Amino acid sequence: MSWLNAVELFLQTAVQMGTPLLFGTLGGILSEKVGHLNLGVEGMMLMGAVMGFQVGVLTGNPALAVLAAGLAGMIGALIYAVITITFMGNQVVTGLALTIFGTGFSSFIGAGLSGVSLPENVQASLAAVNIPLLSKIPFFGPIFFQQSLYSLSALVLAVLLYVYLNKTRYGLNMRMVGENPSAAEASGINATLYKYVHILAGGFCCGLGGAFLTLVFVPRWQDNITAGQGWIAVALVIFATWNPLKAIFGAYFFGMLRGLGFKLQSGIPIFGHNVVIPAQILDMLPYIMTIAVLVFITMNKKKENQAPAWLGSPYFREER
Amino acid sequence: MEKEVFIKLENISKTFGPVKANRNINLELRKGEIHALLGENGSGKSTLMNILSGIYSPDGGSIMLDGKQVAFDSPKEAIEAGIGMVHQHFKLVDVLSAQENIIAGQCKGVFINKAKMTESILTICKKYGLTVNPNKKIYNMSVSEKQTVEIIKVLYRGAKVLILDEPTAVLTPQETRVLFEIMRNMKREGCAVVIITHKMNEVMEISDRVTVLRKGESIATIDTSSATPEQLTELMVGKAIDLDLERVQVDPALVKEVLKVENLTVLNGERREAVSNVSFTLSGGEILGVAGIADSGQKELCEAITGMMKIKSGKVVFKGENIVGLSPRDIIKRGVSLSFVPEDRLGMGLVAGMNIIDNVLLKSYQNMPGLFVDRKEGRKKAEEIVQRFDISTPGTNQIVKRLSGGNIQKVLLGREIDLEPELLITAYPVRGLDIGASYNIYDVLNQQKQKGVAVLFIGEDLDVLLGLCDRLMVMHNGKIMDIVDPKKITKDEVGMLMVGRRPEGGELYYD
Amino acid sequence: MIKVVKKNEASALQANLLRIGSCLAALLAAAMLMSLLGYNPLVVYSEIFKGATGTLYRFQETVNKAIPLVILSLGISVSERMKFSNIGAEGQFYVGALAATFLAFNLPENIPAVVMLPLMMTAAVVAGGLWCLFPAMLKVRFGTSETLVTLMMNYIAIKWVSYLQYGPWKDPKAYGFPKMPKFTENEIIPKVLGIHAGWIIALVLVVLVYLLISKSKLGYEISVLGENEQTAKYVGMNTTKILLIAVLISGGLCGAAGMIQSSAIEKSLTDSMSGGLGFTAIITAWLARLSAPAILVVSFLFAMLLQGSSYLQTALQIPAAAAELLQGIILFFVLASEFFTQYKFVVKKSSKGKGAAV
Repeated sequence: MSWLNAVELFLQTAVQMGTPLLFGTLGGILSEKVGHLNLGVEGMMLMGAVMGFQVGVLTGNPALAVLAAGLAGMIGALIYAVITITFMGNQVVTGLALTIFGTGFSSFIGAGLSGVSLPENVQASLAAVNIPLLSKIPFFGPIFFQQSLYSLSALVLAVLLYVYLNKTRYGLNMRMVGENPSAAEASGINATLYKYVHILAGGFCCGLGGAFLTLVFVPRWQDNITAGQGWIAVALVIFATWNPLKAIFGAYFFGMLRGLGFKLQSGIPIFGHNVVIPAQILDMLPYIMTIAVLVFITMNKKKENQAPAWLGSPYFREER
Repeated sequence: MEKEVFIKLENISKTFGPVKANRNINLELRKGEIHALLGENGSGKSTLMNILSGIYSPDGGSIMLDGKQVAFDSPKEAIEAGIGMVHQHFKLVDVLSAQENIIAGQCKGVFINKAKMTESILTICKKYGLTVNPNKKIYNMSVSEKQTVEIIKVLYRGAKVLILDEPTAVLTPQETRVLFEIMRNMKREGCAVVIITHKMNEVMEISDRVTVLRKGESIATIDTSSATPEQLTELMVGKAIDLDLERVQVDPALVKEVLKVENLTVLNGERREAVSNVSFTLSGGEILGVAGIADSGQKELCEAITGMMKIKSGKVVFKGENIVGLSPRDIIKRGVSLSFVPEDRLGMGLVAGMNIIDNVLLKSYQNMPGLFVDRKEGRKKAEEIVQRFDISTPGTNQIVKRLSGGNIQKVLLGREIDLEPELLITAYPVRGLDIGASYNIYDVLNQQKQKGVAVLFIGEDLDVLLGLCDRLMVMHNGKIMDIVDPKKITKDEVGMLMVGRRPEGGELYYD
Repeated sequence: MIKVVKKNEASALQANLLRIGSCLAALLAAAMLMSLLGYNPLVVYSEIFKGATGTLYRFQETVNKAIPLVILSLGISVSERMKFSNIGAEGQFYVGALAATFLAFNLPENIPAVVMLPLMMTAAVVAGGLWCLFPAMLKVRFGTSETLVTLMMNYIAIKWVSYLQYGPWKDPKAYGFPKMPKFTENEIIPKVLGIHAGWIIALVLVVLVYLLISKSKLGYEISVLGENEQTAKYVGMNTTKILLIAVLISGGLCGAAGMIQSSAIEKSLTDSMSGGLGFTAIITAWLARLSAPAILVVSFLFAMLLQGSSYLQTALQIPAAAAELLQGIILFFVLASEFFTQYKFVVKKSSKGKGAAV
């Protein structure tokens, strides 16, 4: 295998490792763009992971499995949405509670699933495919387009979300809700509806992200299978400055770091020295880089890069 | 000619927790009229219009539109019925452009067609004589530009009723004239225009009819042409009051220089000069008024004197000592009696969620011995202040935000005056208060003046500034335009100075 | 048409009754869920209670679980009082334990416990404090959101401990297992009345934090700053200094909790010794409305739930994860119930169309 092939293969894995992160990040962006900080991403991913797997095992139908995963994440998001939108509850605490709940839910359901394997046909239909033409692009083709359709859908979803946010009227209305729900309502936008719809859609994405692990990447159920990837997704939302296109880059980059972590444990030769970079140090990088990005965007004060202005605050129309 | 009735509000009621904001209010709007809603602060004007525009839902009463009963469950439904409101606190998103703010929630189809939107915005501008740059971001706009965007927003939604909530509060007299012209254009187009105000001269100048509200009730609706300002004032406050302010005389022995500001320059957060090369003096037993449109450097001037803002250059000499560079705590600690009653009482000056005792202690706790706060002493002091200033409260344990506006102001002023200052700086002390409470505050200021306190009074109502102050300083864009004698100048002349124009050949007091 | 209406704010008594009511409602809802799954809720609840307090050993275990929760919640309450949203307790906990362990591994073994333990404690407090100080300085200097930075720093701390555990600090005598050496006797907090002395520290800290927040000048300043920063500046408080001192205290307390956990329970340092306590503590601090005495009660109840549920598996073959489910359900109910302290729902007949014929 040539050196280039090795890099290609490695980056292909990076895209796979970045896929659950990308789903989670898109979910986070959807929620934060309507002004709701949802720290329950990890919980929703786990709910999706376990339900996707469970339904996959029970029905042997990949489409149903994926749908169930999304719906499970969405149910988590629904609990969060009811408490933080309708009951105006504390968003940070509710998100944390959702993560605890989701973790418990997944372990509870998953208690009987360890050792169970996913039906062959489900695995097969979610396996990597060659996308005609695109996969023939030298170097990049195999990396991005010799993937499971599941991975590709994350990429497509990110691009669609970018267009939705910036080019459509729904996106404009949604941004307005996240910046100032009171102004949005005065403009004739139903802020509550926009919040519910996008937070639920965000939950759906998170559920898909979790199930990518149990249906494609691993594919088995293990307790706490996301292992903190939900939190990386929360970081990625900031790293990408709430921009879905940058999220693609960020997710694959962080995915690559995770991949590197596995590779580098045995050390790589650099100028004749065997350099060992511990995986844990690489694991730290996403968080360190996110802090750096956060400091940078607050330092340079460019208004368009900041977090949605209303992020984290409850909204009551009749507030005086 | 009797115009067609467009909207009829009947028996509207609205309660906020313990506060009855609207009680059985009746109001009738006709097509092609400018209708003034006159009332003091807290009389329920804004609440009523928020109900009409769908933001609040009424507890009782009905709304008739063209003879049909309607109920708005959201602003969206009100907009669809042709009702639009320009709020006192603009409802705009800073990071979006004027155009995006205008079209949000309104465009059809999935994708936004920018060129078409721009065109339709410019058409509206032309029709009503407005100017705006559709691509300018809101955060780059001045207050009057933002107001223009708000008005276009309403017109873009095809409003047949335009409600303006205190639109002139942030405008210069000249900008106000432009606004009034726009309102007349709308009237000619057959719209109903409602202007919420508490300024009598505006009512007389612009409106066809006026409805007076008092304490949440509608008192009367009259044709403006048949009303007099005195009559309207009486309706507004309930009894005939003496509009004249007293300029009290002071024992000349008390008049000696307390504060001298020399060539003061202050930079604001964006490193722009908020106060430029300002010099003036202030003596004991004197009230020096400061007039200016919003954001002319008044706030920064106050904060610079009190040590809360860094000073770029210049001197602030208090009783012979330059206090530039001292921290606010140093200034308080040294016993320098300098009290600043800030403009936003609950935003700065008091802690809304704490009780009267803890609020009274804010400036004195530091002088208590030991590591702990002595709340027994605090209670004693709080009870004294409650008694001396006649604050109506169930007790000193009452959370401050639950008091009425006037009583909140008294807690703040009471605490400052209790410190026996020699210089009292107060910004907009009557904002949000009714006339009775306002006069109470003016009396307190006059008492302080008679005691020999130097008072720096930042105000907004020119009638009050001209009636109360011994000298009046007019600021524009961080500079002092002039310091004038209120007895010798007219309101219009002050207005010209406020927008940065000096009367030609006029005598300048300041040089 | 159901509308939300603001009402007179509930009194402290009403609010507390409401919270207790919502907890009961949550237990009821969870009970219905259990019945659906085929378990008898009464049996489950009584097993949890027995699991937490049934024997002396179990009670001691419950207290062991409550100790770090109390101290972490106290730490969080100090910064939260100032509206500085410290969700980095988890990280401060680990960094505190890390600093204490560093001393334990590097100082000579013959230092007596009376010297060693205070040294370890000091190191933990300083390390936890500094870990919290960094995001505070970013906030002061650039206005960077402390919520997000403290959150990120949790994972940096955990990964750091993990790195040491798998790398430089790995016990060479552990046959390749990734774990650190055990502490020696002088580095372990002794037991008092059968439970490690951390319980005394926790009780003392409850009193101290109560005095700090409710009686002292610093606590007054912290509260004013939290309620209204502009006012704090206006009355001449040095807001930056207050903020930095308060976060040092906040992070320091969380660091202390980490030291106690590593010294008394783990007797070493592991990258899984918290198990999310730093996050649970945010919830307990919030449930206790940041009041120190209430934190003691709420943390103990939470510890009972954690400890009791771990017996479900053996007693009833219910997965231990049921505890987290139950926690989640209780939290959801309490979070939603806060709404009713300020608002109420009213049913309004929409009058639309009613008078259309007029």
